[in-house]
Amino acid sequence: MNSRSLVSIDDFSTEEILKILDLTEEFEKQPTQKLLEGKVIATLFFEPSTRTRLSFESAVNRLGGKIVGFSDSSSSSVSKGETLNDTIRTVNNYCDLIVMRHPIEGSARFASEISTVPVINAGDGANQHPTQTLLDLYSIRKTQGTLDNLNIFMVGDLKYGRTVHSLMMAMSRWNATFNFISPDELKMPDEFKIYLDNLGLKYYEHSDFTDIISKADIIYMTRVQKERFSDPIEYEKVKNVYVLRNSMLKNTKPNMRILHPLPRVNEIHQDVDNNPKAYYFEQALNGVYTRQAIVCSLLGIK
Amino acid sequence: MKEPKQMSVSAIQNGTVIDHVPASNLFKVIQILGLDTIENQITFGTNLESKKLGRKAIIKISGVYFEDEDINRIALVAPDAKLNIIKDYEVIEKKVVVVPDNIVGIAKCMNPKCITNFEQVTTRFKVVSKKNVSLKCYYCEKITDQENLEII
Repeated sequence: MNSRSLVSIDDFSTEEILKILDLTEEFEKQPTQKLLEGKVIATLFFEPSTRTRLSFESAVNRLGGKIVGFSDSSSSSVSKGETLNDTIRTVNNYCDLIVMRHPIEGSARFASEISTVPVINAGDGANQHPTQTLLDLYSIRKTQGTLDNLNIFMVGDLKYGRTVHSLMMAMSRWNATFNFISPDELKMPDEFKIYLDNLGLKYYEHSDFTDIISKADIIYMTRVQKERFSDPIEYEKVKNVYVLRNSMLKNTKPNMRILHPLPRVNEIHQDVDNNPKAYYFEQALNGVYTRQAIVCSLLGIK
Repeated sequence: MKEPKQMSVSAIQNGTVIDHVPASNLFKVIQILGLDTIENQITFGTNLESKKLGRKAIIKISGVYFEDEDINRIALVAPDAKLNIIKDYEVIEKKVVVVPDNIVGIAKCMNPKCITNFEQVTTRFKVVSKKNVSLKCYYCEKITDQENLEII
């Protein structure tokens, strides 16, 4: 995978994904190493995403690499009208790898074509966020001991949530069964259901949390955002329907874990946090190891 | 009254006839093939009756023969087009257009948030459906369907 970029999870074969996950396991055991000494990593965040940026920067810093970059476009030459083309062609002279977050869809693919160094897509608009998907896969494999034949529940905004789409596509490689719980306005789009149909994978749609969650191996929660609703009354009706509370977890399987890409607002009640089945903060920690694995792999160091 | 026996677009001696072009896309075909900038004699008729298309157009270009690669570029707007290669008023070869697997630089991505609509990037699509043409953008990964297809 030398001098390759990571733009979309589909760019990686199953074998390559598993290689990243195995590498992540190594970094979890030993996250502080001098592997990136002398390397400069650019973090170009054309729109703010504190969590993702800090995770990358922590990953690189623990390996002894240096960071250059900006955390939103107002502090870069974009505000002077520079094109992305020019920014990338300039910055690739300053660094060994570029981590980029950009609001425009397809920007990461474009950057990877013109850059002389590997590009990691840290989110391009509503399109892709592959490092999130990889850390989700790592969290699932770590908590379940396998990726095969799992029952994955996805809850909340399944229409616009790019994380759930990418995760669903990725998990479909391992014969998962899916349960989608969402308000009618935010249902899983048809194109993804057709995708599952073509693979012969089973999925079920629900409009409400029910006892069905007792079958779950993973419950993947997402935020239901007010601005997604055309009718504000619809939002008021559903805003408390998709909230996970500790009392609802009684009959769930012992191996079940709750994931969330964070930030959370109210969709997971705080009384869940101390339940051992709550895994979202560890999931965020796994993000650091996963990004260490991705950076080192793309640089050909590991 | 006697039926006037006459072709609606007169014959050419040498060149290419493109038939079964949907009337509504005639000018797109002209644009894609760059017929608006060449000096050869071109005659065309449009809104002609067609059992298959309802209203069709036909273009006759004198002295021009197209490479398959070039002619397949019109497949997006005229998937049923048929070509007759003419020499000395005779049809010496018939061709149909084939929708290519990839489209480079002809269509515009319909996603207003796609990078190709912000920077100077040559558009690239994978053809995911050839019948009712549907294109997947190589950059933003969104689908542009026939209905929203715009030729650059």
